[in-house]
Amino acid sequence: MAKIITKNLNLWYGEFQALKSVNASFREKAITAIIGPSGCGKSTLLRVFNRMNDFIEGFRITGEVVIEGKNIIDPTADLIDLRKKVGMVFQRPNPFPLSVYENIIFGLKIHSLVEGKNNYDEIVEQSLSSVLLWDDLKDKLNKSALSLSLEQKQRLCIARLIAVKPEVLLMDEPCSSLDPQATVRIEELMRELKNKYTIIIVTHNMQQAARVSDETGFMLLGELIEFLKTDIIFTAPRDKRTEDYITGRYG
Amino acid sequence: MKRNPLRTQKIAFSFLLFSTLLIVLPVGFIVVEIILKGLPAINWQFLSDMPRQGMRAGGILPAIVGTLYLVSGAIIFALPIGVLAAIYLSEYAKDNLLNRMIKLSIVNLSGVPSVVYGLFGLALFVVFFKFGVSILSGSLTLGIMILPIIITASREALEAVPQSFREVSLSLGASKWQTIRNIVLPNAISGILTGTILGLGRAAGETAPILFTVAAFYLPRLPKSIFDQAMALPYHLYVISTQVPNVNEKIRYGTAFVLLVMVLFMNLVAIIIRSQFRKKKKW
Repeated sequence: MAKIITKNLNLWYGEFQALKSVNASFREKAITAIIGPSGCGKSTLLRVFNRMNDFIEGFRITGEVVIEGKNIIDPTADLIDLRKKVGMVFQRPNPFPLSVYENIIFGLKIHSLVEGKNNYDEIVEQSLSSVLLWDDLKDKLNKSALSLSLEQKQRLCIARLIAVKPEVLLMDEPCSSLDPQATVRIEELMRELKNKYTIIIVTHNMQQAARVSDETGFMLLGELIEFLKTDIIFTAPRDKRTEDYITGRYG
Repeated sequence: MKRNPLRTQKIAFSFLLFSTLLIVLPVGFIVVEIILKGLPAINWQFLSDMPRQGMRAGGILPAIVGTLYLVSGAIIFALPIGVLAAIYLSEYAKDNLLNRMIKLSIVNLSGVPSVVYGLFGLALFVVFFKFGVSILSGSLTLGIMILPIIITASREALEAVPQSFREVSLSLGASKWQTIRNIVLPNAISGILTGTILGLGRAAGETAPILFTVAAFYLPRLPKSIFDQAMALPYHLYVISTQVPNVNEKIRYGTAFVLLVMVLFMNLVAIIIRSQFRKKKKW
């Protein structure tokens, strides 16, 4: 079932058209990868889904992005509700300069989701467990999140999202600042998480897309060239440009 | 004669070093002079007694208390307004004519001579609002004078908070205000405090703005309300140095010493706060 559908999506930054008539549908509880060379618009597309492009100067958008029957690029859409539902993991792990515990409950406090301290404790444990950090950090909940390793920080950022019970996780090159072992483990985590969440990952690492995703979209100069099952796109792409990219002729 | 670049460089360096040392010299000289001549005057009676015999004897308690009142009054007024304005300017303001005018005004406000603030305070607070020559008028005048310092320091502190913190907070569904209150402000607070304390040091030492708005020539009792006149250290120093004949040099330098210690102490607190927070933050 499709979780997110884009219809004829166009996006401009001033005169520059960053997305050109993108039509795609992203499957629920699956991992969809968006690949393409730098500047192809893949991050821009990702940021449409939680409206993080809105602040950029000269930003303009047309078309539709439908999540659960609602067009989220409508100016009247409830941004706070949208971002609760559609969370984002960034390229650089970016925990707040607070304790591990406070990082996790940040979203809960913002959305006033929980009453009482005991209930916080429970959600902190659940969230950290679901990113496999609980055993490592259960005795260090009051330590500063800045003292963690990069991988732990990135897991913590995912846990911070999970705490507010989102439905979609957007990941913008989540492993690009991690070492190869940490990358493998985060990828494992992603496979685990897709049982519960719809995941869309932007990556410039084609092997990563091939390893983790169920479907892959290839973008070039703002256009979505091809959008297919991952095993098909990497073995039998239909478009010459996709083939050239995945065989390493450019990018 | 052939030019030797190495020697030219050496000469240039020695000029640069010399100019730098010239800065240190007067500071060192002033501080040493005041400590040497002022310290012998300092004792408990000097700090806790009223001035007597036309300020030629006794202590300077009312001037110390007056300055403390003025500084507190200035901060109560200037800190909230300054920080709120800084938040508006750095977080909300778009780049339009109005906001450019506001920013320009702040720059100009910091360039206004302090005696002009005094005149302004006299016209607005003392006469127009009928607060009279009082601690209230003086505090407000000093508050306006240090507003640009607080706003500029606060803006710098706010803008130094990494953009990524704001981005994450917003992406978690926080509103802009929640982001500012929970993420931006706590990380900017050290810079804001530092700027504020430096502003206070300035306020404590100024004479001209309080001249027409609050300062009493000779008032050997403590103020009872914010509508009272008060003595203040810088003005008291001016008075006993130029207006009253035959004041013992010890008293003059003792007063200067107390004022200097107060201002340096505030600067020290600012430095400590800054270094404490620097140690803590890792971004």
